[in-house]
Amino acid sequence: MKMPVAAVALLAASALGSGCKHESRDLRPTEAVSKAGGGVVLSTLFAGGVPGAIAGTLQANQENAYAMNEGKRLFDAYNCSGCHAHGGGGIGPALMDAKWIYGSAPQNVYATIVEGRPNGMPSFRGKLPDFQVAQLVAYVRSMSGLAGGLWAPGRNDSMQVKPGENTVTMQSPVRAEGAPPP
Amino acid sequence: MIPGSGYALAPAGPQAARLAQVFWGFFAVCVVVYVVVVALLLLGVLRPGAAPLDEAGRLRLVALGGVLTAVALVALLVISIRGGHELNPMRGAKDVLTVHVIGRQWWWELRYPGTAPDQQVVTANELHIPVGRPVLLELESRDVIHSFWVPELHGKRDLVPGHDSTTYLQADRPGVFRGQCAEFCGAQHAQMGILVIAEPESDFQAWLAAERRPAPPVSGLTPDAQRGRELFLRGTCVMCHRVAGTPAGATMGPDLTHLASRRTLAAGSLPNVHEHLRRWVTDAQTVKPGSHMPPTPLGTEDQHSLLAFLEALR
Repeated sequence: MKMPVAAVALLAASALGSGCKHESRDLRPTEAVSKAGGGVVLSTLFAGGVPGAIAGTLQANQENAYAMNEGKRLFDAYNCSGCHAHGGGGIGPALMDAKWIYGSAPQNVYATIVEGRPNGMPSFRGKLPDFQVAQLVAYVRSMSGLAGGLWAPGRNDSMQVKPGENTVTMQSPVRAEGAPPP
Repeated sequence: MIPGSGYALAPAGPQAARLAQVFWGFFAVCVVVYVVVVALLLLGVLRPGAAPLDEAGRLRLVALGGVLTAVALVALLVISIRGGHELNPMRGAKDVLTVHVIGRQWWWELRYPGTAPDQQVVTANELHIPVGRPVLLELESRDVIHSFWVPELHGKRDLVPGHDSTTYLQADRPGVFRGQCAEFCGAQHAQMGILVIAEPESDFQAWLAAERRPAPPVSGLTPDAQRGRELFLRGTCVMCHRVAGTPAGATMGPDLTHLASRRTLAAGSLPNVHEHLRRWVTDAQTVKPGSHMPPTPLGTEDQHSLLAFLEALR
């Protein structure tokens, strides 16, 4: 009597186990996304959003905790925190509120980092491999809860002074004061 | 082949010598205990017919066993306490060389303080020390817990983030000693090596003077290397690496000012030769997956130029 019960339980457990998705860690980015977008750009207007091989990675990173965590590491490593602090802003705008002067979609944030923006945001064109920009995008969006609650970077090494990225309430983007008309 | 045996029982410094003594002391006591126990066991097995002892005889035997055990344990305790006590005889030592050791995932940053900022020497994965002079290591970690361990010189010492610690060591003979991170610190923990190079005081001072020099100026480079310098400064390298004498000043990755004079690449993972350097620069993730060095796809010509520049950083 006991054997069938145990067998069924085991079967159910393994069925549940197969539902677990292993977080994919892309440790060997392809050559196409390892290049730093560079060269002369005549226009920042492209048909269909971000051009090239990075578009797919950019989308996939929105649902990848590893990418967000790498983004969090790079955010400090490349001194984004020097101006944006840890989301609260300072010299640069805050990144954890609902205001997105140049748009909140991954493509917008990508363009902001690569192209730079007026009044201080430098262009990182040619300075960062594309896949690292995509990781930064995933982290920056997670700061205001746009990544949803299912994926989050690792906890802070230092004292946590704001809610974790996965518990922050999702901030619906609003049009910022003084933002260019849509 | 990367030099250094990393064998703790071939001590090259006073602390390692003391540790080796402790080891051999324990070894001797344990050998005696083992031999006596096995002998008694054989005695019992081979003489099954011997007459059983009376009550008093058994008591005497147990008492004897107890006393012998106590003697052995006290001997181990004395060896251990004396060893531990004498392990750090350099507190208060004079003429100490101070080196700041920073553990990073997965390499070692080394800073030799100077009297002025331009006298400071920053290097990576190669700790040069003068023979016969005590060295004070100030240990610090920037990410996770690491452990500094050069078996031929001293025992392990952990590098705990937010909790700086120190240790002394001294090399009594010149040589190259291999060290290793001894606390699991992530994907590439096994490839987090360090070389300690002990050399006579004059050689050490010459090395220090050489390390203080900035990278060669543009005029001192071959045309190919000049092109490589441009690639280096214009591209992604400058986001993490520093080369003194150029605008590259980032401190996230190892200081590359004297890269070509180092013996190994990627924290003791590879000998520093042209082909390994090429692979490491262009495709580090195949060499050391998970390391924070991103792949840098470059055309053959660009690779050649960049390497010419890196190899000019002596």
